[in-house]
Parts: sequence; structure tokens; C-alpha cells
Amino acid sequence: MDLFEYQARDLFAKHGVPVLDGEVIETPEAAAAVAERLGGRAVVKAQVKVGGRGKAGGVKLAADPADAVEKARAILGMDIKGHTVHKVMLAQTADIKEEYYVSFLLDRANRTFLAMASTQGGVEIEVVAEENPEALAKIAVDAVEGVTPAKAAEIVAAAKFPAEIADQVAEVLQKLWVVFIEEDALLVEVNPLVKTGDGKIIALDGKVSLDANADFRQPEHEALEDKAAANPLEAKAKEKGLNYVKLEGEVGIIGNGAGLVMSTLDVVAYAGENHGGVKPANFLDIGGGASAEVMANGLEIILGDPDVKSVFVNVFGGITACDAVANGIVQALELLSSKGEAVTKPLVVRLDGNNAELGRKILTDANHPLVQQVDTMDGAADKAAELAAAK
Amino acid sequence: MAIFLTKDSKVIVQGMTGSEGMKHTRRMLASGTNIVGGVNPRKAGTTVDVDGTEVPVFGTVKEAIEATGADVSVIFVPPAFTKSAVIEAIDAEIPLAVVITEGVPVHDTANFWAYNNHKGNKTRIIGPNCPGLISPGQSNAGIIPADITKAGRIGLVSKSGTLTYQMMYELSDIGFSSAVGIGGDPVIGTTHIDALQAFQDDPETDLIVMIGEIGGDAEERAAAYIKEHITKPVVGYVAGFTAPEGKTMGHAGAIVSGSSGTAQAKKEALEAAGVKVGKTPSETARLARQLIG
Repeated sequence: MDLFEYQARDLFAKHGVPVLDGEVIETPEAAAAVAERLGGRAVVKAQVKVGGRGKAGGVKLAADPADAVEKARAILGMDIKGHTVHKVMLAQTADIKEEYYVSFLLDRANRTFLAMASTQGGVEIEVVAEENPEALAKIAVDAVEGVTPAKAAEIVAAAKFPAEIADQVAEVLQKLWVVFIEEDALLVEVNPLVKTGDGKIIALDGKVSLDANADFRQPEHEALEDKAAANPLEAKAKEKGLNYVKLEGEVGIIGNGAGLVMSTLDVVAYAGENHGGVKPANFLDIGGGASAEVMANGLEIILGDPDVKSVFVNVFGGITACDAVANGIVQALELLSSKGEAVTKPLVVRLDGNNAELGRKILTDANHPLVQQVDTMDGAADKAAELAAAK
Repeated sequence: MAIFLTKDSKVIVQGMTGSEGMKHTRRMLASGTNIVGGVNPRKAGTTVDVDGTEVPVFGTVKEAIEATGADVSVIFVPPAFTKSAVIEAIDAEIPLAVVITEGVPVHDTANFWAYNNHKGNKTRIIGPNCPGLISPGQSNAGIIPADITKAGRIGLVSKSGTLTYQMMYELSDIGFSSAVGIGGDPVIGTTHIDALQAFQDDPETDLIVMIGEIGGDAEERAAAYIKEHITKPVVGYVAGFTAPEGKTMGHAGAIVSGSSGTAQAKKEALEAAGVKVGKTPSETARLARQLIG
């Protein structure tokens, strides 16, 4: 989960990383009191989870509280690369002398953590990495040892921070590491980390991404979720504990296992090339179990998606045998009609693997008018695409 | 032969007495795995009757190894306790730890991986978030259904469980030396490369099927490795061509970030290394069939 800047700032402050005072607001009128409290002058910053907001006009300096209201009004509601601005942060102004960059992240390839630091901050770090790679220091951080004072000093030296601020930056790095560890982050990034006119080091803007797998021990993270931005179908699926991602096509997909479902999306997209370009409407992994209840919940979400024209249920019976899955589908359809939900979209079902024959027979015997079976994944994808295109 | 797991493997189960652990211990036993014990400190000294087989429960992995000579541990404990379970297995120097658990925080995985390095890498870790591995007809450590296929001469390595099953099913008449599910998390213990080299060294494997998916650059690195070190034919498949950027597709590691981790880039890298890459699982199976004759 990627956080907004103000949420990252809150986490930085919580763990002692130096930040400027600020506050997030959702209406222009609220800007006046906040600017007043911050001393009149304030920076008004759009809160969007996308880079390049400054260039897009999403960051403005307000001279006084009245101006802050005007600037907030201009920025709230703005569209930045497809993201609508619903919140702005008002922050103290800073006397910036230098702009640096520091981050900690997961290094998948090396199965360890990585510190990155540069004295050329304030621009997109990908640009620095591309144009001036020697200006970006990359130091591996052992997950067991962490960022010790010696490791922090090593990072500072590798990035060639000026001597007069070396100790301050090293201290910030150690605190930032605490954010990374304590919050189960996949990324903590400060860009820019600034040196002010009076020689202080402050985290001016930051990015944090959190590991959803750690939610069980991070009860405070749930409140950081941007529920307003979530797709309503995705939100509903999440409530039901389903692994669902809304996509932009017409063929609803239900399958078991993340890899098989990803593969199903691809096969449907290929099949769609022969049927008017129809595409998969979603990713939905109902997991190994595939019980009637989970199947019913999944079908309910997918049939509730107005974009869906046909549904492809693609199950490989591994641990769960296909007869259980077939019974699940039959019961799910009954469950939905008993709830008064009319099932009007055609379902193409492909069952393979453990007890496939028995499973297919159950569906044949049930003889549901909207359900048809195709024995292979490629054939079923083609049929589902054809039905979606015909609608 | 087979890789990592053979008929001689002595398997213990950490978390055996939990519901998932018990269900799969039963299945592993039924498929011929030599299960020599379970680990649960609260039930140490007892035995559990698993469909007529009395399986002893030990307090620690170390005690289980001392008593039984176990050399494989399959770990089913919940995410909150996975890190300490794996560290216990590493401390006991078990040669192979298979971590089935899904939803392990990546900090925990990075931690036990680093710990294993500090301890001299005496334990091969497979997973987490994986279906385990099977050497058909010999042994089964994890949750892969044993009845899909038989022993044969294809080696399979895959990030995905159900795609492993699908591929084993499509090629069930030819059979497999071993099938290894390495898991879909961002950090995993055993990589495509590790399995590729093991299959290369296994005289009873003639062809390798490698299944990847979006996210990270493990497939690209595997492609480079294949070019340099693998002389056996390799057939590949990559899932996730239609996955949008920035969305996690089921597996925690399956995410396209910017231009990195795309299925297209992985496919191209594999093809450049001489790997035949199928467009669908069925086409991949056909390519494998052509090569193995």
C-alpha cells in the first residue's frame, strides 16, 4: 500500500525523523486557520499518489492565510495525471540551501534491503540513476544487522555528503531505518532531504509503501487506507475476503490460484483478438478451497459488475476435487437466485484435474440454462470471449 | 533420481497438529512420503494417529532430527510464527526447509534469509508462499496433489501452484522427475536458477519446464543463467501479459512497477536465451512434448 505524503510525514514524525509542521485539509476554507497557525506563510501541496505534481501545478506558495485559501481552492479538485486531488497539505516554508535524497527499500534480486543516497535530490531519482549513476550510492543493508551507526556512516560516505552535515544525515538515516522496520515498509524515501539556511537537515517530502502481509501486527495501518479511491467492486470484494482486481474488459474471470488466474486473463485477451477485442473484466482468485460460499461471493461480485458480459470460471482441481467445485457452482447459482439476484449473464465453466469427469457430470445434470462447459482452457476462453462479443 | 527430495528423504512437519498441517500430513503420507515426525512444543512426547500411522511429536526441530535423522521440514505455521519456525529449522541445520505459509511479511522472510546466510547457508529454503515440491513416486513435501502425474523425465520449476498442477496434468503421460513450486513472494529462498542448475545436474531429467510470472527480474536473471550454464532444453511460460501496472495480482510479488517486471520483457529475455516460450499453458505443454519426443 502506497501512502500519501502527509501520511508518510506522520510516520516520519512518529519515529523522530525531522519534518516541518503541517496539516492536511479537504476544503479551501480550512486553509486559513492552518496557515495562521503555521505563521501565515505556507506551502500548499496536493496529496496525490503520483510523481510530478510540482510540474503539474500541484504545489504553490501562499503568502498569507487568505492566499492559502485561494491556493487550496485552485489545487483541490485538480486532476494530476488522472488522480483527482481531494486533500492538500499545508506545511511550513523552509529556507532550502541544498536538496538531497535518501531511501531504504527491498532489493528483490539480492534478497536483502538496500539504502540509496545522493546529494542530488529534489529531482526524480530515476533521472539521476540514468544520467549520473555515480551520484547515486547504493549500499546493501543486512536484514539481521540493520542500519548501525557504522552502516549509516558508510552510506553517508558513499554518497559523499558534506562533512559538516554528515553526522546529522547519519542520524536521520538511523531514524528512517526505524520507520522502515517498525512500520513493515517496503519503501521509505525522502526526496528532498534538505539542508536549511541554519544548517538543519529536514525531510521535506517523502514516500512510504507498506507491506499488506504485515497488517496482522500493524493494526494502525488499516486507517491509512484510501477507502474513497478504491473501486466499489474492489472494496466489496475486500470485505468478503476475496482477492479481486477490477480491470477494463467484458469477460468476468473466476479461477483458483494466482498464477492460473493471471494466465486465464492472458488466454482470454488472446481469444478476444478474434472476437471484437473483448478483454478480461477482472482478476479474481478464489484460492485452493473454492467452497460454494466463496464461489457464490465471487459470482456475486462479478455478476454485479455492469461491464461484464460473460463469465469464465476456470478451475483446476488440485487439492479441491472438481466435483466439490461443481457442487459449489450449482449451490452458488441457487444461493444467488434465492437472494433474488437474477443471473442473466452466460457462464462458461472449464473444470480440469482431480475428479474432472465427475465435476462435469454434476454440471451437466444440473442443466442450468446459462452454464455451458468447455473441456480445455483455450477453448473455454474462446467461448467466453465469443459470448461477451455477441452481447 | 530427482532434485532436492527423494525416496530416502525423512520429512518432519512444523505445524503438523494445526488443521492445514494435519490435512496435508495425511495427504503426504498417503502419497508415500516418509513422514518421521511433527514438531509442536506443547505436544512434545505424544504421538498423532494419522490414518493408522503413529507419527511422533517432538518439542523442537533439533530433537526431531536427533531422534529420526530427519532431513526435510515442511512448515505450515501461521504467518505470525513463520519466521521463528524457519529460524528454528536453520538453527537445527536441517538440509531442506519447505515454507508453505502464505502471507509472511517480507521483512520476516528477508530476515530469515539473511540469518541463513550468516549461519553458512546450511539449509535450503523453498518458499514461502509455495506449494512445496514433489518427486513423483518417491516423496511429496508440501501440498502438490500427488495423483496428477507419475515419475518421468521432465523437471518443472514454477512460481505458481495451480500452474504447476496444470502443467503436470497436461504432461502427465510423460511424467516428472521433480516439480518445484518456488513461490510467488518478492523474496524467496530457492530461485528458478537454483532449480535449473539442479535439474541440469540430475541425470534423470531430460527437459526443464520453467514457469514465471510478472514482477521482479527473476526470469530475466534465469534467462541469463540458462544461456551460460544450462545445456538441457528449456521450455518456458510467463503469466501476466494483461496485468496492469501497479496492481498486485494475487501473489505479493506479482506486480508490474513502471516498465519493470513485465511479462513481455521476461518472455523476450527467455527467448533470447534459446528458451521456447509458450503463449498459453497448453501451447507450452505442446512445445515440451515436441522436444522430449
